[in-house]
Amino acid sequence: MTTLLDVQSLYHEFGAAHAVENVSLKIEAGSYTVLLGPSGSGKTTVLSILGGFLKPTQGRVFINGVDCTNLPPAKRPTATVFQDYALFPHMTIGNNVAFGLRMRGLAKDVRLKKVRDMLQIVGLDTSFDKKPHQLSGGQRQRVALARALIVEPSLLLLDEPLGALDLKLRRTMQDELKAIQRRVGTAFVHVTHDQEEAMALADHIVVMNNGRIEDQGAPERVYGRPATIFTATFMGESTVIPASETAAGQVHTSIGVFNCSYAKPVQFLAIRPEHVKLGGSIPVEIVEVVYQGSFKRVAAVARNDASIRILCRVSADAQVSIGENTTVGFDQAHLIALDGPH
Amino acid sequence: MKPISIIYAAALYVFIFLPVAVLVLFSFQSTMFPIPPLNGLSLRWYVAVLNDARLTSALLNSVAVALLTSALATLLGFLSAWGFARFYLPASVWLRGFITLPLTVSYLIIGMGLLIFFNWLGLPKSLLAVGIGHVVINLPLCFAVIYSQMGENQANIERAARDLGAGELQVLSLITAPMLWPAVFASFFLSMTFSWDEFVISFLLTRFETTLPVEIWNLLRAGLNPKTNAVGSLVFGVSVLLAIVFELFAFRKKPQ
Repeated sequence: MTTLLDVQSLYHEFGAAHAVENVSLKIEAGSYTVLLGPSGSGKTTVLSILGGFLKPTQGRVFINGVDCTNLPPAKRPTATVFQDYALFPHMTIGNNVAFGLRMRGLAKDVRLKKVRDMLQIVGLDTSFDKKPHQLSGGQRQRVALARALIVEPSLLLLDEPLGALDLKLRRTMQDELKAIQRRVGTAFVHVTHDQEEAMALADHIVVMNNGRIEDQGAPERVYGRPATIFTATFMGESTVIPASETAAGQVHTSIGVFNCSYAKPVQFLAIRPEHVKLGGSIPVEIVEVVYQGSFKRVAAVARNDASIRILCRVSADAQVSIGENTTVGFDQAHLIALDGPH
Repeated sequence: MKPISIIYAAALYVFIFLPVAVLVLFSFQSTMFPIPPLNGLSLRWYVAVLNDARLTSALLNSVAVALLTSALATLLGFLSAWGFARFYLPASVWLRGFITLPLTVSYLIIGMGLLIFFNWLGLPKSLLAVGIGHVVINLPLCFAVIYSQMGENQANIERAARDLGAGELQVLSLITAPMLWPAVFASFFLSMTFSWDEFVISFLLTRFETTLPVEIWNLLRAGLNPKTNAVGSLVFGVSVLLAIVFELFAFRKKPQ
């Protein structure tokens, strides 16, 4: 695999606030990267810097080995799909998609053929002569995608592309985005705050918080072995338990001693709700039961330490009720060791 | 609707339109005086207007001044609105206040100021001087109308165009101006109507060649005559026509 994008220790400040702090990342050709984080985490700022709409205060952006840090958007091998789509309201769909080719001076008949092919790829071949206001949200999204992809960028930047769609449409478009990305083979960088969307789409997830990268890697790794408490709680839920390592591989907590080996001194242990079962060695009181359709989400407070609230996912037909005293347990192999609060 | 409201509305419209109706009616007077009684209908005064070389040349001057100054005022208003909306300018609020300030200054003051200034510059009284005056009064209006329609959403659309390789001139001509077409059109036609019947500045800044309102004033000095009614009706007709075009193109609701 070749490195397509190499971002080296990016900093960006708005006034005195650090919007982006020491962000470095590498993206491979043809990959799907998702920048995930809550609002204000700096993910959109990073995307704007990649697209050339913002100049970083410090750091460099290399695309295909070329230093693009100071290049304007038009001179970069990137194209952006904006959150509000930013379609040209006065042009037909065909002319919207053709715009980039027109700016590159392609002859009209060549342009037309490419536009028709591209509209076919995004499934809008019948909308050529329509105006943006005649299309639905999902269709506009596809036009924005087609308009950006037609200039054959090395890197497609998507700013919360599904944010304006309702949940059902979002899941459909999400599958479609992935299918289109596989078909065209362009590297996508996608910004979102939806962790389900991130896991479904990404080959590489970059979790951001307060302008910094908290964790990055394959979704399975980031979910299964999150590097920080923030990642463990933002990417799905986790029960986080303060811990201290008493002897090598022995971790002491208020609800028991566990075996867990970790390179750094363990300060917290985390466990995913799907790994916690009813019945085990930890006495608890059930405080909350929420029926979720395919499962029940149960919260239980440890009887040894009322400050520890253990989340647990049980089958939908399990008999649990609030106030019940029972026990829970988990396989210690599923424990996630964390070395600090950040 | 209650009868009282109907009567009130009718009275209001009569109050507004009666003078104009009387003017138009007596422009068709077949005898020498534009006063009752109406002695039969005739188009003789319209023929007289069209045969009056001074009036027709003033009419053409007015059309030319209105068209050219409105085009220039709209262009300058558009560019300044774009500048204020898209770029960070120091003391932007103050500068924006200054650019719209002429809207609140009376035409007499602006006309006098221009007269003194042009005198000092050595620019003679002429249609060019009037034209500059009309740009001065209409530019703030065009700026205000177009600026009010520029939003952050359009800034993103312009960014998208730049991202796809458009230069600044292409962004302005292919994206921004067409996108703001209703506002651009509206300010052009508003300028046209203001320039078309503007009197004070034209009066102060012209001598031999002049615009229609000034020529009508000249005519009125010679006393009332159905010819003045006829030329007044023509001016009114053009204004109505402009208003209708304006209504049709600029204020028509777009289908959603």
